[in-house]
Amino acid sequence: MIRYEVLKTLLPVISDELVVCNIGSPSQELHALDDRGTNFYMLGTMGLASSIGFGLALVQDKPVISIDGDGSVLTNLATLSTIANNPRDNFILLIIDNGSYGSTGDQATYAGKKTSLAAVATACGCENVVEVSAEETAQAVKEALAARRMTIIVSKCQSGNVQVPVITKNPIMIRERFMEAVRG
Amino acid sequence: MAKTIDRQIISDLTGAGIDFVTSVPCKQLAGVIEVLNETPQILHVPSNKEDEGMGLCAGAYLGGSRPAIIMQNTALGVVVNTLATLIQFYQIPLPMLISYRGEVGEPVACQVEMALHTKAILNQLHIPTYHFHKASDVEELPGILSYTQMCSKPVAILTDATFWRTAQ
Repeated sequence: MIRYEVLKTLLPVISDELVVCNIGSPSQELHALDDRGTNFYMLGTMGLASSIGFGLALVQDKPVISIDGDGSVLTNLATLSTIANNPRDNFILLIIDNGSYGSTGDQATYAGKKTSLAAVATACGCENVVEVSAEETAQAVKEALAARRMTIIVSKCQSGNVQVPVITKNPIMIRERFMEAVRG
Repeated sequence: MAKTIDRQIISDLTGAGIDFVTSVPCKQLAGVIEVLNETPQILHVPSNKEDEGMGLCAGAYLGGSRPAIIMQNTALGVVVNTLATLIQFYQIPLPMLISYRGEVGEPVACQVEMALHTKAILNQLHIPTYHFHKASDVEELPGILSYTQMCSKPVAILTDATFWRTAQ
């Protein structure tokens, strides 16, 4: 399974939840599959989906799912220690780990080689870290939401993207629509 | 040991409704951070790097909070992309309380190197910039904080060594 297929299986689980989605292909694919006000699409700034989602989880009680990628997490690895040391049970970090920089031509990341992001998250002090297959991902997110316990999920899937349009929505519209969903 | 000026700054932040602050420390800002940790109206979540911190602030803003970041001017070399593509692109109001290292009174030569670029970077990014040099400059802070919310932009407040040395 590639990321697009993982996202597809996630829809019944995450559609009504607050989702902060990673830059590039992940946001474009989610946008094409199921555009909703509860989705915050990152149009720039690689690496910050985890931090933005966590900041949101820190200040309000609704569940927040950050959908990040292995390449992006590698650029902002230290945020795993911020997350671990300020735990919030309404936060789920889903790392779609396809071992590649999907939006830039599928170049290999170190997460696809020797580096284990689950082990890094654990070493940073995150207490509930699970590594699952692509097929198990939706169930893992469902369980994390039901448990209402901060969870880091590393979903190991295959490299690859589907052709979907670039997001042309106005960033202020995306933000205001999302903030309305947060308040609603 | 925190001084009156540190308490004044934090009280101005709470007075402006700031309820979420992230920080990467600087010696000049140690007193402010000390008071921050004793201020229950503000959730203080230290970050490892300033771009991460701006991500936290953006998320806090999406959740209805009023965030601020405390950082050193050297970090402007780290956050240019984040300021442009996150904070400015999505129009997020963000006061940046910045210790302006490398100005007169600086003991560390290397700090001067980024001081030379500090205002140039801020100007290049069209970021409203205020420079606190005299102790009385702090009186502008409440106005700057409300201006930040009004225009929904990142705003820089540079605080130099003379300011910290002379402010009580």
